[in-house]
Amino acid sequence: MLLRELSEASGVSGHEDAVRQLILDAIKDLVDEHRVDTLGNLIALKKGSGQARRKASSRSTRRKVMLAAHMDEIGLMIVHLEKEGWLRFRPVGGIDPRVLLAKKVLIGDDNVPGVIGVKPIHLLEPKAREQVIPIKEMSIDIGASSKEEAERLVGLGNYAVFEATFGELGGGLRTVKGKAFDDRAGCAVLIELLRESYAFDLYAVFTVQEEVGLRGARVAAHAIAPDIAFVLEGTVCDDIPKKRDVSPTTTLGGGPAITFMDRSVIADRRLVEVLVNTAEKNDIPYQFKQPGLGGTDAGVIHLSREGVPSAVVSVPSRNIHSPVCVLSLNDLENTVHLMQKTLARIHEVDLSR
Amino acid sequence: MQLKEFLKQLSEAKGVSGYEVDVRELARDEFAKYADDIRVDTMGNLIALKRGEAAPDSPRRSIMLAGHMDEIGLVVTKLEKGFLRFSTVGGFDLRVLPGQEVTVLGQQDLPGIIGMRPPHVLTQEEREKVVPLDNLFIDVGMSGEELAKLVRVGDVVSLRRTFTELANGLVAGKAFDDRAAVACIASCLQHLTTMRHTWDVHAVATVQEEVGLKGALTSAFGIAPDIGIAIDVGHGNMMGVSEVDTVSVGGGPAIGFGPNIHPQIYSRLSDTAKSYEISYQTDPIPGRSGTDAWAIQVTREGIPTGLISIPLRYMHTTVETLSLKDLERIGRLLALFIAGLDEAFAQELGLGQAQA
Repeated sequence: MLLRELSEASGVSGHEDAVRQLILDAIKDLVDEHRVDTLGNLIALKKGSGQARRKASSRSTRRKVMLAAHMDEIGLMIVHLEKEGWLRFRPVGGIDPRVLLAKKVLIGDDNVPGVIGVKPIHLLEPKAREQVIPIKEMSIDIGASSKEEAERLVGLGNYAVFEATFGELGGGLRTVKGKAFDDRAGCAVLIELLRESYAFDLYAVFTVQEEVGLRGARVAAHAIAPDIAFVLEGTVCDDIPKKRDVSPTTTLGGGPAITFMDRSVIADRRLVEVLVNTAEKNDIPYQFKQPGLGGTDAGVIHLSREGVPSAVVSVPSRNIHSPVCVLSLNDLENTVHLMQKTLARIHEVDLSR
Repeated sequence: MQLKEFLKQLSEAKGVSGYEVDVRELARDEFAKYADDIRVDTMGNLIALKRGEAAPDSPRRSIMLAGHMDEIGLVVTKLEKGFLRFSTVGGFDLRVLPGQEVTVLGQQDLPGIIGMRPPHVLTQEEREKVVPLDNLFIDVGMSGEELAKLVRVGDVVSLRRTFTELANGLVAGKAFDDRAAVACIASCLQHLTTMRHTWDVHAVATVQEEVGLKGALTSAFGIAPDIGIAIDVGHGNMMGVSEVDTVSVGGGPAIGFGPNIHPQIYSRLSDTAKSYEISYQTDPIPGRSGTDAWAIQVTREGIPTGLISIPLRYMHTTVETLSLKDLERIGRLLALFIAGLDEAFAQELGLGQAQA
């Protein structure tokens, strides 16, 4: 399964090369053109088969639809080597320090293994057990006993990712676990969508640096100047039992999550409507993502140039930004299904104001 | 026996206190290669006997080696909306649990994870607190109905983590506390096959150490050895911990000294290390050692007891880290110590008349 390879590949923001290569291998026979831009975005064009339609400008053109999924993941960067051989690090993207303790990591392009140690409970004052250890106080142990030994294996600026193997959990939801489902799930959906033919020109963009501020999508959208954009994500699913359960954000197994509003974008009403309408017509389960949480590449795409009507469709994933993300393959397949059906009728959407 | 491979197998095996069956089978297969007799006692301890070649006119003496095979783990306390609430078996630092992988030993083994709510949904206040046990859940990715058929309250949960080789002959993984000692004991037995020893050796992989040294208590009673040596882990040097509280990883066996240890066993162990040029460290333990040695020492009428600690970083986590070199040294030291045991030493210790 491609999701396994995508999940297990290392691609921290700014160093998405391995993921990009994997995706390129998977799509190069499915698209007409592809290129990698200055920042590292992979931009592929699948030309439409439909008739060109005449715009008011009298220029003959087909609609350009941009589909974006980000390749990068949160991770760590090595910033200092201690004389005892331990490595100091800082987060790349939003990482909760509490998820780092007692985890294995892989450092640099050679995947040097290391562990994030923690002072044993036996040596802690009772009060210390109640305290969150800040990232600045953590270190990675690669087995080196001096700075010089460490330098032979790793270097300053090396990226590190969680060592996390993809695996099946099971049950009717067909759940799987692994790292970086945010947003390799979106990448997997987008690759699947390239297997179909469309009437419009499809620009598939696998973006970089989403986790550090939606950097890649901004320049890609500018270059493409799309008429419509859909962002495909692996989004927050927070459906574990809670004392004060206001909203689970999304629910695992509830189908693709459609965003109408988050911290970065108010989704285009017309696109939300066509998504909902298509899901209902085709009996595809769907849900709305709770507003006010998170942001996606749509945040910069919808403001590109003079504005781009944009929407976001996501695969719900528990525990994102951790080594143990969990998603339902049913949700993933339903997301593909919903997007296929929606794109097939996207010409029906009247974008005039 | 290939020490590293055996340690990997032991480390990755399930064996939470009271549920040591899987890991015991691995230890049994290995111990059996070197033993004259092997049995499992009432509590579940694995006891392998390797007979010594005692002179006909000399009393039979015996030594017990103990390393515990159980590991800390979790136990299901409630099924809730498709998730599992749990409690701990043994001393877990709750801070290392979020984001870990587990195996739930239900009607069948179920892979699962311990979830971590993403930072996106948390308030600043929530982020600054250690996640309390009542906010931690095991997720096996199933619906509530599916779960109810497969998991019951009381089912045990084992942490899951693959063995990793680091630089410098260091390795990292779970349950090295105290499976590394089981590997050392196997290594000792293997060495003894090429040495002459007069004392009988009872090699014991004990159970339920993490919940109160229970297996050592009953196995020591059953064996009634002349002397006992426990092999356990000791805190290794690590970032943020004073050297005063640690021994050096890669520095060799840490030989315990203090009220829990018979001084002459300490001396004999360190003298043996010295004469065979095995690096070792003295590990002063002012009171309770918290190891099987603590139970063995006060068994029956009292047993002269020693303790060898394996320097180990990040104890009771899934990334316990140790040096394979230290394990090799301990296996060899134990064998040399045993080969050197004679009736004169028994008299030195003031041991009573043993059965001939």
